[in-house]
Amino acid sequence: MLLNTLFLALRSIRRNLLRSFLTILGIVIGVSAVITMVTLGNGATQAVQTQIASLGSNLLMVRVGQRQGPGGAAGAPQFKEADAAAIQAQIGGVAAAAPEGRAAVTVVGNGRNWATNVTGSSNAWFVTGNWKLASGRLFEDDEQRAGAAVCIIGETVRREIFGGALGLGGLGESLRIKQFSCTVIGVLASKGQAAMGNDQDDTVLVPLRTLQRRVTGSLKVGTLLISMEDGSDNTRLKASLRQLLRERRKLADADDDNFNILDTQQLADTLSGTTQVMTTLLGAVAAVSLLVGGIGIMNIMLVSVTERTREIGLRLAIGALEREVLLQFLIESVVLAALGGVIGIVIATAASYALAGVMGVPYLFDPAINLLSFVFSAGIGVLFGYFPARRAAQMDPIEALRHE
Amino acid sequence: MNAPLSGSMLASAAPPLAVGTPLIRLRAVAKVYGSGAAELMALKGIDLDISAGEFVAIMGPSGSGKSTAMNILGCLDTPSSGQYLFHGAHVEALSRDQRARLRRRYLGFVFQGFNLLARTSAQENVELPLLYRGETALVRHAAAARALQSVGLGGWEQHTPAELSGGQQQRVAIARAIVSEPAVLLADEPTGNLDTQRSQEIMELLRGLNEQHGITVLMVTHEPDMAAYARRLVRFVDGHIASDAANPHPLEAAPAAAENP
Repeated sequence: MLLNTLFLALRSIRRNLLRSFLTILGIVIGVSAVITMVTLGNGATQAVQTQIASLGSNLLMVRVGQRQGPGGAAGAPQFKEADAAAIQAQIGGVAAAAPEGRAAVTVVGNGRNWATNVTGSSNAWFVTGNWKLASGRLFEDDEQRAGAAVCIIGETVRREIFGGALGLGGLGESLRIKQFSCTVIGVLASKGQAAMGNDQDDTVLVPLRTLQRRVTGSLKVGTLLISMEDGSDNTRLKASLRQLLRERRKLADADDDNFNILDTQQLADTLSGTTQVMTTLLGAVAAVSLLVGGIGIMNIMLVSVTERTREIGLRLAIGALEREVLLQFLIESVVLAALGGVIGIVIATAASYALAGVMGVPYLFDPAINLLSFVFSAGIGVLFGYFPARRAAQMDPIEALRHE
Repeated sequence: MNAPLSGSMLASAAPPLAVGTPLIRLRAVAKVYGSGAAELMALKGIDLDISAGEFVAIMGPSGSGKSTAMNILGCLDTPSSGQYLFHGAHVEALSRDQRARLRRRYLGFVFQGFNLLARTSAQENVELPLLYRGETALVRHAAAARALQSVGLGGWEQHTPAELSGGQQQRVAIARAIVSEPAVLLADEPTGNLDTQRSQEIMELLRGLNEQHGITVLMVTHEPDMAAYARRLVRFVDGHIASDAANPHPLEAAPAAAENP
């Protein structure tokens, strides 16, 4: 009986192909909107996470000042190079600790100049920042101690000054930074844009001492980068780091911290939390259109029931039971809605694949949202098909047969 | 033209009834529509007995209660008071679904307006009652083909109503009514929408089904020419049965040539 009813429903859908298509258009749009929104949202979340991971995994950034942002560092003493060494030596679970100083400069070489910033640090900077060399070598120990005139340049600087293909050229050349010239001993592998949109490749790396002596003229260090070992206890490590820095900066118990610790994991959680909220929001808005699509189905089913009053009367007269007529119309609306769901999924897959490419986020197929949308649209068929179907089933066959 | 209908192929068919078995018994059946000032008594207590194998024409002017009586006889409606026994069962006590089951098992309907499903082949239209009886596709196909054959529409199975003439559409409707091998065929003004020539063909067909296959035929008509085919005439006036008598001169079977359009 169920199978026969299914055939009846399919037959009736086929008989009114254009109208069936228009009926399900709302569901098609609703389902494809929901799936596209969620898929793109997931892709954006993934993209943010990837970009933050490129900052360095398990990274703690310690800055001077009570809070992040402009003015936060006012009055607070800077770090010293020895702070990094102490952290590395005294706290367990630290993979690398790098002091980092920065200055904005204009570099000149090969007859061109380029405004960039110069970073002073140690080889540990490569570990904390998840950097790799495209070519060349790291700093020698004596170069770091002596503050030698050597530098490792980012891909953007290399391209702007020396030109040529990716990662090639510039090695061994001379680059003038302010009043001194350094020899390019390496080129950083490109990391591209950071999560905030700034170009991470636009920098020149020199030994910290080189920066202090030849560029800034001070021994101070603005930032400490600390990379934790995998699986180390994030919270405990942060607590002991804070304790150590308070001691070294001679803060009394009553004093507030005059530095702050930023956890990239936290940053990642915050940012991906934001994109997830956006995804949910957009998905919810799209889900409203799904509901509207359901009302469209009810509308057309009601029209269809009225239009087919004589047919219903005939079916009842020749012996169809109430529930058989109910089932016929219910299945018709469920099949319509489910069909809309399937078409919506197909469109959504194509659309989100194409849009992911345009937006530069990865395309992630999410089986859960596809299944959910399908089940939801079929559910809409039941929900909005029930009322018209019951109306059909409860018709009086005599009245229905007389209907003009 | 008439392929034998004997030898049922349907699992769900009712056993055939011997001609002369009491089949329908109405006792003091009344039907009231509305209430209070708008109350209308369509049937004012009628008694009627019909046996298996009869061909009864129900006549009467508009508003005489003949359609109401037909609806009650067809188990589409229930009497307000009185008793209706169909094949021993008290129809007035049956639920809506029980009456539907009774209809699908024992009754076939032919309507004035044909009531075929549009954009649906003759074959599928005829199969419809069997679908509700749960017959398999194979049985449905064979039975529908046989029923169409028996109304002279062999070869027209795949035509939709729009591609058939009025007479042909009514033949499809009759095929649909007899495909389930009913005990009773109820025809409500079956020739009302047809010209004289087609009307006579349809009446010949009904008489053939009655005489050769023992199907009881109840027919409402207001045309004396059509009632003349019946062997019993029941005349309704004002909610009463005014007369109920055997047709003294049932129309003789026309020459076979007249049956072929």
